[in-house]
Amino acid sequence: MPIQTHRSDDRHTLTIRIEGRFDFSTHQAFRNAYEQKDPEVKEFIVDLSRTTYLDSSALGMLLLLRDYAGGDGARIELRNCNNDVRRILTISNFEQLFSIQ
Amino acid sequence: MTGENHALRILIADDSDSDRLILKTLMKRLGHQVRAAANGSEAVAIFADYQADIVLLDVLMPIMDGITAARKIKDMAGEEWVPVIFLTSLTDSSALARCLDAGGDDFLTKPYNKVIIQAKLGAFNRMRQMHQTLSQQRDLISERNRQLLEEQQLAKRVFDNIAHTGCLDADNIRSHVSPLSIFNGDILFACPRPAGGMHVLIGDFTGHGLPAAIGALPIAEIFYGMTSMGFSGSDVLREINDKSGRILPTGMFCCAAMIQADFQLNQLRIWNGGLPDGVLFRKGGGRDLVISRHLPLGVLNASRFDAAMDVFHTSAGDTLLMMTDGVLEAENEEAERFGEDRLKHALDVAPDAEAPIDTLLGAIRSFTGEQSGQDDLTLVSLEMVVASQFHEAAERLPQSALKGPAQWYCVYEVRDDTLAQFSPLPLLLHICMEVPGLRRKSADIYTLLSELYTNALEHGVLDLSSDLKTSPDGFSYYYSERERRLENVTGHFIRFALTHSTTLNGGQLTITCEDSGRGFDHGRQFAPESPVDSDSSEAKYSGRGLLLMQKLGHSLCYSEYGSRAEIVYDWALATKQPGVGHE
Repeated sequence: MPIQTHRSDDRHTLTIRIEGRFDFSTHQAFRNAYEQKDPEVKEFIVDLSRTTYLDSSALGMLLLLRDYAGGDGARIELRNCNNDVRRILTISNFEQLFSIQ
Repeated sequence: MTGENHALRILIADDSDSDRLILKTLMKRLGHQVRAAANGSEAVAIFADYQADIVLLDVLMPIMDGITAARKIKDMAGEEWVPVIFLTSLTDSSALARCLDAGGDDFLTKPYNKVIIQAKLGAFNRMRQMHQTLSQQRDLISERNRQLLEEQQLAKRVFDNIAHTGCLDADNIRSHVSPLSIFNGDILFACPRPAGGMHVLIGDFTGHGLPAAIGALPIAEIFYGMTSMGFSGSDVLREINDKSGRILPTGMFCCAAMIQADFQLNQLRIWNGGLPDGVLFRKGGGRDLVISRHLPLGVLNASRFDAAMDVFHTSAGDTLLMMTDGVLEAENEEAERFGEDRLKHALDVAPDAEAPIDTLLGAIRSFTGEQSGQDDLTLVSLEMVVASQFHEAAERLPQSALKGPAQWYCVYEVRDDTLAQFSPLPLLLHICMEVPGLRRKSADIYTLLSELYTNALEHGVLDLSSDLKTSPDGFSYYYSERERRLENVTGHFIRFALTHSTTLNGGQLTITCEDSGRGFDHGRQFAPESPVDSDSSEAKYSGRGLLLMQKLGHSLCYSEYGSRAEIVYDWALATKQPGVGHE
């Protein structure tokens, strides 16, 4: 599976891990991963450690997640991105919207 | 038994005229050619130009006795074996034994017995022929062996040429490789990554010799080619696994470890498929094991292959040690193996100040003894360094920046249903990566190509509007429409034109992308300079591709109502400042 999810033990944090290319082809799976209508989830972690490439449509999908999680009040962390992925995020000023680790 | 009865060339020496005549007549009657001498000296003289097959010598003769003549004749025959049979009327066994001690091969006692003579000649002829065959085969084998060694040296030169671009000589890498390692089936490659950091591949083919060496060649090409184009370790592994699976016979595969070192993130990503546990020595003490979690390369098909790498967070000064099976299999004189316990012990008692690789090599050498010139093991150690220090090595790449193709132009057009089945991006990236100076920029170039292509395909050819992407459901609708329309594409094209030229300090790549669509409202899409436009919720999930392209390229302009885009990308040769790459 290119997208895997994991709930923390206290069930408040949902980790979404994307493997390989993060582009339009993962759209539906990515949306399914976070749209669980579960009020317990308070924080999202997007684990990009296995993401090799990210394009502009993925940026759009991250923004969808942000709005889903409450817009400006959303708690979303993008983790373990490689240099190329980080560069795309930086160029797009995404560090203003997400916590990028 | 036919072969032994053909005519032999026989030399007889006997000082007794009558004995000589009897023997000569006997031999002739048996169908052999005979030359006769009256003493040892004459026999030696005749032997010099009469290539006798068998020599019969009387022991006691005037001028030169049989024993002396036998020695001379044996000397003259050199490597060829000429049986010498002594003729004697002696009967006591010690005298007969002396004949054999003196270099004779047998003796005949007088008076002669025709049946015995015939049998002995036959037996000696068989031995002579066998000796000849053996000599020929030995010569053939040694000639073949010489050719093989020559070919191996030649093959090694070819191999080294393919593997030469490596950075095994970087300051943070130490390695030990057997002298003819490629014929042991061991491989060790290292290559800087264009975005910083490096890849190291260490491996061990099942089997030895030529098949292993041949298998290693495409692996070297893939490793260096893909790494310098910016592919990740997992991508390189997938490709190598796929290729190995296709070219190697079943039962032959490659135990290997791929190491992706990122000095900026201070991270090691390691994939171990079938090699002994690697050891990560922490600078402040402590160790982590890098366990083999995967099957070797070339075993699983692409759909079952797992290229996931284990992630280790590191700090500068941490050192990774990886090795091939040869370390555990190294044998001492008693044919005991070095084994895991000795390995563990050697590392346990290692002095802090010594590099682990030196400790281990020392331990193996003292275990195997001094005759270990024939070792069959490969070790590599990689030290994590401060990112800015490693830039030196990465920046070595573009020294030859202007040597590759610098001035060129190419057009590539994808048409009709091919648009639905095929992505031209890898091919186009590949063409661009032929320019050495652009290789460090592969991520930028790929993003530019990919965003241009996506826009041309989705907004141009498929006539999809970004306005759809204003809600989560709109997003989903957009991508299901994309799929649906893609199946019915006819009469459309996307045409890329790439132009590269050199500038004073680098080069310029111009990418134009035209499509057959009606164009799209690119002007409005330029709007989102801030990531989220708080004023209008409209179009806020889209349009970031244009922004990306604008920032990565040096100019982006659309014409023909948005169906033609042109990007100019300038690159410069790296300067010596550390930190190049952080624009």
